[in-house]
Amino acid sequence: MAQDQYAPHQSRDDAAEARYHRRAFLVMMALFLVAPYVVYPVFVMKALCFALFACAFNLLLGFGGLLSFGHAMFMGMAGYVSAHAAKVWGLPTELAILAGMAAATGLGFLAGLLAIRRQGIYFAMITLALAQMVFFFSLQAPFTGGEDGIQAVPRGRILGLIELSSPLAMYYTVLAIFTAGFLLIYRIIHSPFGQVLKAIRENEPRAISLGYRTDHYKLAAFVLSAGLAGLAGATKAIVFQLASLTDVHWTMSGEVVLMTLLGGMGTIFGPVVGAFAIITMENYLAELGSWFTITQGAIFVVCVLAFRRGIMGEFEAWLRRRRVR
Amino acid sequence: MTEIFGKPLPVIMGQLLIGLINGSFYALLSLGLAVIFGLLNIINFTHGAQYMMGAFAAYFLLNKLGLNYWWALVLAPLAVGATGVVIERLMLSRLYKLDHLYGLLLTFGIALVIQGAFRHEFGSAGLPYSIPALLEGGQNLGFMFLPNYRAWVIFASLVVCLGTWFVIERTKLGAYLRAATENPAMVQAFGINVPRMITLTYGFGVALAGLAGVMAAPIYQVNPLMGADTIIVVFAVVVIGGMGSIMGAVVTGFGLGVIEGLTKVFYPEASNTVIFVIMAIVLMIRPQGLFGSR
Repeated sequence: MAQDQYAPHQSRDDAAEARYHRRAFLVMMALFLVAPYVVYPVFVMKALCFALFACAFNLLLGFGGLLSFGHAMFMGMAGYVSAHAAKVWGLPTELAILAGMAAATGLGFLAGLLAIRRQGIYFAMITLALAQMVFFFSLQAPFTGGEDGIQAVPRGRILGLIELSSPLAMYYTVLAIFTAGFLLIYRIIHSPFGQVLKAIRENEPRAISLGYRTDHYKLAAFVLSAGLAGLAGATKAIVFQLASLTDVHWTMSGEVVLMTLLGGMGTIFGPVVGAFAIITMENYLAELGSWFTITQGAIFVVCVLAFRRGIMGEFEAWLRRRRVR
Repeated sequence: MTEIFGKPLPVIMGQLLIGLINGSFYALLSLGLAVIFGLLNIINFTHGAQYMMGAFAAYFLLNKLGLNYWWALVLAPLAVGATGVVIERLMLSRLYKLDHLYGLLLTFGIALVIQGAFRHEFGSAGLPYSIPALLEGGQNLGFMFLPNYRAWVIFASLVVCLGTWFVIERTKLGAYLRAATENPAMVQAFGINVPRMITLTYGFGVALAGLAGVMAAPIYQVNPLMGADTIIVVFAVVVIGGMGSIMGAVVTGFGLGVIEGLTKVFYPEASNTVIFVIMAIVLMIRPQGLFGSR
């Protein structure tokens, strides 16, 4: 009912929202373009990879309403495949990243087929269990290097032209990949497909009765999210020249949930903000080891109990209140 | 020496026993999850941490207060259950009107805090906890050696599981509980304090995890992360069994423990993943789980 009341203003609200998204995007890009001259580039690259990872995750949770607790499997597996492709097969960097992304997409298709057979809590448990299976596979499979991971992965050149060993070249490549992924996700969310996805999130039985094959939409969303998470993981492996078990472990799956929750699930920029917040925190708390885990847990608790809209969710609610006034 | 499919019998029996032991813990833990899920509709991600707390409670009772294993068997679940009651009253009770996924996220956060705090305090190395004197030694069954303590764990776990089943399915208290699962508002209208029942149910489920922790202490070492990976396997067990029935949780728990043990004999590479593979197969054939109704 509350929705109907505002219906005449809908188009005006949409226009205001589009304007806000445009401005926020420009601010974000401006910050990222100058960031490597102000902050340590490797740190920003790491945060950018996680930001893309969180955005991909948010596509599934924030817009599809599906909580995956196993997204690390896509990030980690893509990292392994791209590292292996670059190091052992000697593929050019861009093809290695695409190979990692393709592997994550394929894995996403298989995991998605199984996971969408149940809903809600079961969906979360199934994805977690499948990810644990992938973790044990990564621990035992010969090509992943077990506990050591794949080390000394060559960065190579992008498109055969630019040497990526220089930090700035690597940084702007990562930024380009992030931006492409981010814009693709924005496009997906604002496409008719994205609208159907939101309808399923709000009320699946109604979407079914309207004639949508919701399972197909959910699977497509899962595969897209997995593929984009893979893009983030593959890029991360090239940047750090390392693919390791850390990225397939369940703690990583939990971390991406936290980034999205803290930044604001279902918002466009929330996951980026959340990723930067968590990576910054990790930077300072990493030496303290278990304190990082404790802090993460505490943030989870606070977010769930008192801060469910997250940073950007609160910010956007504030903007909307101001607009109405 | 007797052989089955080219493997010596004692090896098979040994792994079968380990499988039954693991199965005992899977059964106890998934039972607790099922009891909590039935009434609260949340998946208790803290369960693994509470299992670990049970083991630590036994360790403290022995080393700080000098209370032995048998005291721990009673006191540790009570203590862990009490922390569960506090968590439910302070935090979980605020989430019942929201999407159930928030309960999962909250309990995951609590698990991180608890596990992080214990690891900060005690490091990642395990602390030893010795087998109680009464249950030392073992029986020679001719074809294998059966340690007394392990036999006790299987027996005790079965008794607790069957006892829980009996209370829930055959007593008046259990009838209230099942009624509240179906329709809490109606049960409340009949004058039963449903919020208190929810609190105590959560406390009971958590106490079961604590009890499993005490029983696990002499077998596995007392370790801050002992529950972290176990709980993921238990989630898979729960998905396979479906959370519809108490008996289902128990049967699936023991059954999968045995299958895991046998996999260690015949194809050790897959022993870590076999439960997840079974989960995938069950999801394809019977998505609601073997004993699930929905």
